[in-house]
Parts: sequence; C-alpha cells; structure tokens
Amino acid sequence: MTLYDFLYYIILPILSISVILIMFRFLKGPSIVDRVIALDLLITTGIGIIAVYSIITNQPAFLDIAMILALIAFLSTVAFSYYLEKRNK
Amino acid sequence: MTEITIGILASFGAIFVLLAAVGLIRMPDTYLRISVTTKAATLGIGLLLVAAAVFFKDLSITTKVLAIILFILLTAPVSAHLIGRTSYFSGVKLWKDSVLDDLEGKYDKSSHKLKSGIEEFPEEKPDQIAED
Repeated sequence: MTLYDFLYYIILPILSISVILIMFRFLKGPSIVDRVIALDLLITTGIGIIAVYSIITNQPAFLDIAMILALIAFLSTVAFSYYLEKRNK
Repeated sequence: MTEITIGILASFGAIFVLLAAVGLIRMPDTYLRISVTTKAATLGIGLLLVAAAVFFKDLSITTKVLAIILFILLTAPVSAHLIGRTSYFSGVKLWKDSVLDDLEGKYDKSSHKLKSGIEEFPEEKPDQIAED
C-alpha cells in the first residue's frame, strides 16, 4: 500500500466522517453559540483536508489557502461573539 | 521511512479530528463542547500540517506550516474564551450534573462587568446601579 492509497482511502474518509458529524451538530445545535463553535471546527477540519490534499497532489501552494482559512476562522468567531454579546446587552 | 512517518503523523491527526467531531456530538453542554473543540482540533490539525511539512522537505514550506500552527495555537484559546463569555451572557444553561459555577452572581448582566465577590465599599453599589 503506497502513501497515496493510504491517504486517499483511509485518512480522507476519516476526515469526511468528521465533517459529517460536525455538520449534524451545526444543523441541530440548540443555541446559536453551538452553531458558531461547529462552524469554527468545520473550517479547522477544512485546513486538515487541505493539508492532506496538498500531499496527495504534490502541490505546496494549497497551504497558503490553509493559512487564509485559519485567519478567516478566527475573525469570524471573534465577530460572531462580539455581535451576539452586543445583541444580548 | 519518510512515508511511514507521514502515515503515522497523518493517522494520529485524523484520529484526533474524529475524536473532536464525536465529542462535539456527544458532549451534553455548550461549555464542554467548546473545551473539546479547542483542545483536540488544535493537536489534530497540527499533526496533519507537520505531516505535510515532512513530505515536502522544504525550508519555505516548513516555515509556512510552523506559522499556521503557531497562529492556530495562539488564536484557539482567544476565540474559545470569547465565545464562552458570549454564551454565558446569553444565558446558556450549564449541564444539570455540573457541580460548580464560579461566576454565579458575579457578572452584572446589564453592564457586563465582573465583580470580585469581595466588595470593598458595599454602600456605593446601589448608586452605581441606579446610575446605569
């Protein structure tokens, strides 16, 4: 079994199952805070999928997008918490 | 040898991300879900990115990966604190089996200020509340 097969048939399905589970919580979430947390973890899992894809396709340029996604995840969480707290004031 | 290292690192990273996802489903409380998310996902993503750095064996890519990991390690606690604070203010209930709430009665719900619990001048408090 080569590294390509291992990543393609084992690692990526595990990450996809994680995305499905997190998406379930995103749709179900009792409060809006649960949805924000699920969105944050969804983007973080996306960074991991991008890292695995950059290994599979041998394209290191994909890691730039991973960095930008990390920035967007942090900014979105901060903005959501700021405005939610303002709304409840 | 390098392929085995990459495989082990990627396996542990994927397992940690899966554990974070299962924890997000199974945990009974918003605050416990925040805890699961920040701890497990940070380690899982870090291991997956280190696997990419080991695969490419390039100084610029290793620096990029280290920058991403450092950024995630710095921002995960900050965002978890902010979202936990917001959920406490917006009245999300603790789990029914939680034993301790240290902030019980110490946050002013209207002005969002934290009281220490030991007020030095208790006679000034009614005036401040009346002003607000």
